[in-house]
Amino acid sequence: MGKKLLIHNDHVPGIATLEVYRQNGGYASVEKALKSMTPAEVVEEVKKSGLRGRGGAGFPTGMKWSFLAKPEGVERYLVCNADESEPGTFKDRYLMEKIPHALIEGMITSSYALGAKTSYIYIRGEYFYVARILEQAIEEAYAAGLLGKNILGTDFSHDCYVQVGAGAYICGEETALLESLEGKRGNPRIKPPFPAIAGLYGCPTVVNNVETIAAVCPIINMGGDEYAKIGVGRSTGTKLISASGHINKPGVYEIELGLPVEEFIYSEEYCGGIINGRKMKAVVAGGSSVPILPTELILKNDKGEPRLMTYESLSEGGFATGTMLGSGGFIVYDETTSIVKNLYTFARFYHHESCGQCSPCREGTGWMEKILHRIVEGHGKPSDIDLLWDIQRKIEGNTICPLGDAAAWPVASAIRHFRAEFEEYINHPERIKDVKHYYSVHQLAGA
Amino acid sequence: MEIKFNDETLALVQKTIKRYPEGKHKSALLPILHIAQAEFGGWLSPETMDYVASILNIKPIEVYEVASFYSMYNLKPVGKCLLEVCRTSSCWTRGAEDIVNHLEKKLGIKEGETTKDGMFTIKTVECLGSCGTAPMLQCGASFHENLTLEKVDSLLDEYRAAGKQRSYTDMDYKNTL
Repeated sequence: MGKKLLIHNDHVPGIATLEVYRQNGGYASVEKALKSMTPAEVVEEVKKSGLRGRGGAGFPTGMKWSFLAKPEGVERYLVCNADESEPGTFKDRYLMEKIPHALIEGMITSSYALGAKTSYIYIRGEYFYVARILEQAIEEAYAAGLLGKNILGTDFSHDCYVQVGAGAYICGEETALLESLEGKRGNPRIKPPFPAIAGLYGCPTVVNNVETIAAVCPIINMGGDEYAKIGVGRSTGTKLISASGHINKPGVYEIELGLPVEEFIYSEEYCGGIINGRKMKAVVAGGSSVPILPTELILKNDKGEPRLMTYESLSEGGFATGTMLGSGGFIVYDETTSIVKNLYTFARFYHHESCGQCSPCREGTGWMEKILHRIVEGHGKPSDIDLLWDIQRKIEGNTICPLGDAAAWPVASAIRHFRAEFEEYINHPERIKDVKHYYSVHQLAGA
Repeated sequence: MEIKFNDETLALVQKTIKRYPEGKHKSALLPILHIAQAEFGGWLSPETMDYVASILNIKPIEVYEVASFYSMYNLKPVGKCLLEVCRTSSCWTRGAEDIVNHLEKKLGIKEGETTKDGMFTIKTVECLGSCGTAPMLQCGASFHENLTLEKVDSLLDEYRAAGKQRSYTDMDYKNTL
């Protein structure tokens, strides 16, 4: 059984309350940091831990923190990215819903390290009931003197607020999130300047994912060096994985980075194998944006070595044969799944979520959706595959934010690894007519 | 309907504005639009948006451009129960299309339409972060997960029997925003 640091107490009754959370060791990192460490020492521990951003990009958190500008007399902000909208990802929701104080504790400890007097948790609007849970946790923290003026009798004062979004995937991109938090459309900003220099209201700002901020607590408690001993190489610590699709046990799992992919999918401790004993066809390992891989490439890399759940192992082989750990949104598809139809749901998603600022993304995502739609409806043309390839290439790298890349990669990888299936759709539309390429709810009920 | 917050709601709006630094009150626009939508019939009419602009002392266009950007703001009237069915990959792999088809048949309307009695609107939406409990639909603040057709039937009966007021009131905005 792997080590758990974030959700090990998720089944303790009442863990969402401050009382039970503290009885189980909660807020120890706030005590330790505020009473016995300088802010610089806290940053140093996070650097030593090797913690990398858990939202998807995997950027070293300690380094991101050390970039924060500290001009005299200018406010600094910590903003938590709780906009979790990457298809296949629901780990932050789980963490916030079950153990809301884990995030609040991380917000306080991290804000102390950064010298932020105010922080905001920007949560997607659809998670409204989760925002309510966070609000209650914050109220409890204020009442206990863990938020507000002179926290635990120290000189450090801090206010934390929840901001509810209103439905926009793009607001998970950090500069779009800041725009939205300022009451505007979620159009990503051109970088530089990076938020560390000019973020919220033009002030130096750190934006971190929910899981990243929550991970700061065990890092401070156990020390960065100890944390770094967990995992493999530059993939240190534990990671929350959201597992969904055609598996027996969908859900959120905390794994030690370095767990073999095969063990994650087939062991009873995690996904429990494929529904109805069917064969696995493909996996999206890190949320919809990362390349889809066929079974043989997700279980083993191109050198035949077992693939591990780490940033490095999953991306081995580049995009030709690899993928990315991304947000840890792990979607498994069995042999009955139509890769083309599944891709159509992704293309429709990105078209819907493009903010419309950059032409390649605004227009290209629409074209890709339209072409895929006609293919799945049985009206595809032989030239459509090359056309799709051409469009995705022209989107990738040509937009202000990574949404363009995120829209391009699923299309590129599906064609790269499953071209024959596209050809089948186009050349033999009669064979796909009336075939259901997904599980019906009845099949699942009997599963 | 008179487009004006009562004193209690206005106090809430003022409290919301105080979360942001002096002069940065526009940050309160998204939360206030949520409140306005819940208070004034479940959608944002031009009059409602103009009223919000006047409260925040910003130009109406600044409200329109935000209201039209985010998918949770309804720019047209919707039914008392807005049934939002997720259709993205993980839900699709587990039968989301069956859920939509069933709702359409049962309610006699198509996706995007509202029943004649103004009770239900069906809307398909993109990933709501409920992939491990797919298929799912959201109504107001409630996530209805691991759906079967039978569950959908009892859900409709339940909402109808309750003569459910506007679904967003169950969002408890007053206590949260």
